[in-house]
Amino acid sequence: MKPSLRRRNVVKKMLSNRNDLLVVAGLGSTSWDITAAGDSPLSFPIWGAMGQAAMIGLGLALARPERRVLVVTGDGEMLMGLGSLATIGVQRPANLTVVVIDNERYGETGMQATHTARGVDLAAVAKACGFRNSQIISSGKKISQLVKIIQQTAGPNFAQVKVKVEQVPLVLPPKDGVLLKARFRRALLGDSADVLPQEV
Amino acid sequence: MQPDWPAEVHRELAAAGVRLVGYVPDAGHKRLIELCQADAAMRAVVLTTEEEGIGLAAGAWLGGEKAALLMQSSGVGNLINVLGMVKVCRFPLVMIVTMRGEQGEFNPWQVPMGEATARVLQTMGVAVRQAGEAQAVAAHVRAALARAYEAQGAEAVLVAQRVVGIKSFQEQANQ
Repeated sequence: MKPSLRRRNVVKKMLSNRNDLLVVAGLGSTSWDITAAGDSPLSFPIWGAMGQAAMIGLGLALARPERRVLVVTGDGEMLMGLGSLATIGVQRPANLTVVVIDNERYGETGMQATHTARGVDLAAVAKACGFRNSQIISSGKKISQLVKIIQQTAGPNFAQVKVKVEQVPLVLPPKDGVLLKARFRRALLGDSADVLPQEV
Repeated sequence: MQPDWPAEVHRELAAAGVRLVGYVPDAGHKRLIELCQADAAMRAVVLTTEEEGIGLAAGAWLGGEKAALLMQSSGVGNLINVLGMVKVCRFPLVMIVTMRGEQGEFNPWQVPMGEATARVLQTMGVAVRQAGEAQAVAAHVRAALARAYEAQGAEAVLVAQRVVGIKSFQEQANQ
């Protein structure tokens, strides 16, 4: 059965009432997806460092346990950082959700098939690594539940959302890494973002 | 008497307010890892590969906390591409690297990466501080922490193999 979910709709729904949610998006299509849903200083789209989206989410979740953290990334990006699922499984941050938007393709490089097109089950990997909740989602009904999981459910949570293979318009976030870092810290930490934390 | 460099380094990390310590184990880091694990103000995060530490440290800084990474020199080879993010975003980064492939090395397969470690780091924009004596390690770590967090720099302190002083498989197993 071919997936019917459309990536932009899924990501838009996940972020529609994001409130204080902190968002990290992986290199490529998912960074454009979160930007299409509405750029925010509390989003950190990654233009490089393929494989590190989930780990950036982990560092953020451990640093700010009182905030909910969402990592949105692609199947190719997640495959490059599979070990990070084991690392997250050991730390078990309750405030972290990782959502893989899985079109079974390397979307930025010519739509070559990824391992998930041949049956590699990322949700099963996450579960085996110790994620508290992990599922494959292929129907729109489950997306509302996913929004609730992202906002409320004790994690770490994982979802692999099967989406259609489609070309969508490029909606690009800022490329300046220093700007992306500084605006995120200011939005999260306020004035103290620019002040060195007090040494003990 | 040799100074207790792992205890001194742990004190520097604590004094600087480091909250997350990412590590891939190395025999030379055994004691420092244990000190960080035992410190209630720190969270020691075991990684499957060194590059995960770059994501961890970047995420921690986005969240307002300081991190430090512990690894051996072979692990530096695993960092190369992701150090691009550190440079582009000017993420503060402090790495303490125990050297392999130097004087006293018992495994020749460790030599090529050991020989290239400092150059690889410098090529990717990481400042390198060489600690050739046990007395020098903590001072280098203090300087690296200050520069990383005051000036958003990427810093590596390389701890020479003769400081670590493990010369055989047997000694490594007995650590």
